Amino acid sequence: MMTEQQTSTNLSNTKLAMWVFLGSECLLFGGLISTYLLYKTRGNGRTLPAEVFDIPFTSVSSFVLLMSSLTMVLALSAVSQDNREAGRVWLLATALLGALFIGGQVYEFTAFVREGVGFTTSPASSAFFALTGFHGVHVSLGIIMLMSLFIISVKGNLTQRNAETVEVVGLYWHFVDIVWVFIFTVIYLIPVE
Amino acid sequence: MTNKHTDQPTGEVENTATNAAGVGIGTSTAADSTAAADVNATATGSSTTDNDSATDTVSDNSANTTGKDVVERPLGVFTRPEGGRGWRDWLSTVDHKKIGILYGVSAMFFFLVGGVEALLIRLQLAAPNGSVLSADVYNQVYTMHGVTMVFLFIMPLAAAFANYFIPLQIGARDVAFPRLNALSFWIWLSGAIFLNTSWIVGGGGADCGWFCYSPNSGVAFSPSHGVDFYAVGLQILGIASLVSAVNLIVTCLNMRAPGMTLMRMPILTWMLLITQFLLLFALPVITVALFLLMFDRLFGAQFFNPDAGADPLLWQHLFWIFGHPEVYIIILPSFGIISEVIPAFSRKPIFGYQFMVASGIAIGFMGWGVWAHHMFVSGIGPLSVAAFSLSTMFIAVPTGVKVLNWLATMWDGKLRFTVAMKFAVATVAMFTIGGLSGVTHSVAPANTQQTDTYYIVAHFHYVIFGGGVLGMFAGIYYWWPKIWGYLLNERLGNWHFWIMLVGFNLTFGPMHILGLQGMSRRIDTYATGYGFEAWNMVSTVGSFLIAFAVLLFLLNVWKSKRGSPYLQPPGPDPWDARTLEWMIPSPPPVHNFDTIPSVHTRDEWWHRKYAENEQGEVVSVVTAEEAAQTGDAKGVHLPSPSFWPLAVAVGFPLIGYGIIFNLWLALVGGLIVLTSLYSWAMEPADNPDTQHDDHDHLQHDDDNAHTEDHDNQDSQDSASESPDDNKDNKQLTVA
Ligand code: HEM
Ligand SMILES: [Cu+2]
Repeated sequence: MMTEQQTSTNLSNTKLAMWVFLGSECLLFGGLISTYLLYKTRGNGRTLPAEVFDIPFTSVSSFVLLMSSLTMVLALSAVSQDNREAGRVWLLATALLGALFIGGQVYEFTAFVREGVGFTTSPASSAFFALTGFHGVHVSLGIIMLMSLFIISVKGNLTQRNAETVEVVGLYWHFVDIVWVFIFTVIYLIPVE
Repeated sequence: MTNKHTDQPTGEVENTATNAAGVGIGTSTAADSTAAADVNATATGSSTTDNDSATDTVSDNSANTTGKDVVERPLGVFTRPEGGRGWRDWLSTVDHKKIGILYGVSAMFFFLVGGVEALLIRLQLAAPNGSVLSADVYNQVYTMHGVTMVFLFIMPLAAAFANYFIPLQIGARDVAFPRLNALSFWIWLSGAIFLNTSWIVGGGGADCGWFCYSPNSGVAFSPSHGVDFYAVGLQILGIASLVSAVNLIVTCLNMRAPGMTLMRMPILTWMLLITQFLLLFALPVITVALFLLMFDRLFGAQFFNPDAGADPLLWQHLFWIFGHPEVYIIILPSFGIISEVIPAFSRKPIFGYQFMVASGIAIGFMGWGVWAHHMFVSGIGPLSVAAFSLSTMFIAVPTGVKVLNWLATMWDGKLRFTVAMKFAVATVAMFTIGGLSGVTHSVAPANTQQTDTYYIVAHFHYVIFGGGVLGMFAGIYYWWPKIWGYLLNERLGNWHFWIMLVGFNLTFGPMHILGLQGMSRRIDTYATGYGFEAWNMVSTVGSFLIAFAVLLFLLNVWKSKRGSPYLQPPGPDPWDARTLEWMIPSPPPVHNFDTIPSVHTRDEWWHRKYAENEQGEVVSVVTAEEAAQTGDAKGVHLPSPSFWPLAVAVGFPLIGYGIIFNLWLALVGGLIVLTSLYSWAMEPADNPDTQHDDHDHLQHDDDNAHTEDHDNQDSQDSASESPDDNKDNKQLTVA
């Protein structure tokens, strides 16, 4: 079983690598969040993103994303117990919840554009779309990974032995969720001015 | 024991097969780590083999080929542990040593490119009213000179050392993710080529200076595609460095030989590890900046458009939050190198190992708190100026600790002034000059006068050329025999050294004066009558001396190589050195170590050769030749070569061109990347074999058995290899 290799730290290479990588990701989002915070009131004389936020809607989609973390946990525990059927279901559920979130984001973006807040409108809007779009790309990559796991599982190749792979994908997924919690609080909930 | 030996290959086959099940993208890494797993498994496995039990391993092989469900693996196992030859091998290699060489050779190529650009600058400035370059081209040339030297020369050269020596110094068979390692290199190379193609297809190089301040970098002031290539190219290079940073961090933390605790790691490995952490955290910040710049220029975003209310300081902050750690990314590898070279040629352990490590870590942390010293005149406010002024003065302290430690290492040592040592000592001296002028910049009022003058140009060249490049040359001369199996000629090396040192000081020394006289940095020419003429001419002459010294180096490589068949080969340990890479043959066999060494002390290799007698004198116990491994272990299991890393990397420049010129091309590039990643994930890290799930537990047990076995073996190991290394754990100070 690949989790049991001898390493100097007793952490598997893959898991350690994911942790290290996520450390780097923190600064990536840190940079984008700071950019937004610096620019959130610079509307170029046009509507600010904060003025068109639909908090109830985004709350719901945030909740959806949070739930996907729960299903991710369930997926991992199912795979580690070699409950392949359940593992498959929860992986799919996680990916679908993620996709629902992305769908919400696409809807939100189009709604904003209709209300006159586009990517090129102002420093504030550019920063908003860059940050949330970047996060959306991260979620989408996560969905691709989950679907890959799902397909492998359908082919019958996802066994207890791969639990660590699921765990590593899970790490990534939880990270992306936590980042969203942060974005949601700092960007959406804290009022501008 | 024999039993286990025959089991082992089968076990590995199963282990591989398990992962042949391969998982999607997320597991491209997971599958890769299988290779590492095998490397590891083998490591433990074969440490049960003594040097002289080659017969044992041979029987391994026969078991392997006759075993009933073992499929032929022409690539998976190099039966004779020498890699293939020819270009195919280089394109598909996952061997950290070859990848290190690829990095080194490409870096040297770009050193020549950046050097030619430097000479163009100096030709233009040799005399007043120079007309070699137009003002526009001059802007491009100095920008591309800076970018090339930093991102395409010194960083990849450091990566070369990191790739080659981290695994050797910690006693590993390879890095944690061999294929990701290849990926890093190929992405880096594709980014480097991409960046330079802007001369041809981008309407010229970037012309915004290497730190590319906004709004100067906007389309309005820089209408050619140069800056686009800068923004996209550096992102590609950043991905390469990020992948490699993750890989090397995991390698350092996870792949250490038994007994190689963190505080026994050689200083070079330590400094490289710190460098990788700096890269890990600094790269995302510049990536954000470049990403925003790209969207501004190509897709009409408003991040850096002051007319729309954007803040030009945003770029400066993001850039320098990356940029100052970058300075340490450049210098720490060189510090690491000379911390190996100086002890070796002083016949003393490094003075104050703990302080060396601690000051490295301190620099790594403090490096994040000084960035705004690049912005004292940007209007960041008196409080910020004061704070950053102070923090900058403080960071000189750990740096000073290092300098003192090197001096103390040499103090009272048996010094041997080989070319490598000369370069190392020159590094200390030149870096100290650069460091001191750096402290003068930290005094904000003085900085106001000095900034953007040639005084700054003088300062940072003393630091990066004097401290960085000279140190790298020390490393090149020192490890050349290890890498290539022959020594560089010392006589030519001496010429190289002295001419380079003199040329360096002639080039950059006078720039201090020019700067204080008021000559601006980045001006394409100057009028007569300011008193700039003489020193500029001296500087230009100096730069050609440097160029000549570089040619001498290349000549030295060529002549030494040609002469090497007629000379005695250097053997495993020509300098009587201290760290593990010297206990294996030169050049090292593909599998690095026949037997993974057990480490009992810092400077393990030295302590295997020497011990202290009753009078406290250091006496030789065995010769290096006797103690060294022979490199002829057979059947060592290694990760298979793969073309996919190269294939993935090919997609990146296409995405780059696509973003700049036509998004369809980006789509093609993206598809290439994706399909290659998938094929990669589906291709097991080792050649595919049978899939028998029921053997997995066997493998598992087997693994444990080996571990236990290994523990027992430790004592025997040391008994057979170095009878004395248990009793001399204390540091030797006299030699
Ligand atoms: C052959 C030796 C070299 C010579 C003669 C040389 C010369 C110069 C000169 C004259 C400038 C100032 C251009 C201007 O301000 O108009 C410059 C800038 C620069 N050099 Fe070098 N250099 C050399 C090697 C290096 C090396 C080895 C590095 C780094 C590893 C380096 C990094 C830089 C950087 C970052 C800049 C700043 C570019 C900018 O202003 O944007 N140089 N160099
Ligand atoms: Cu700095």
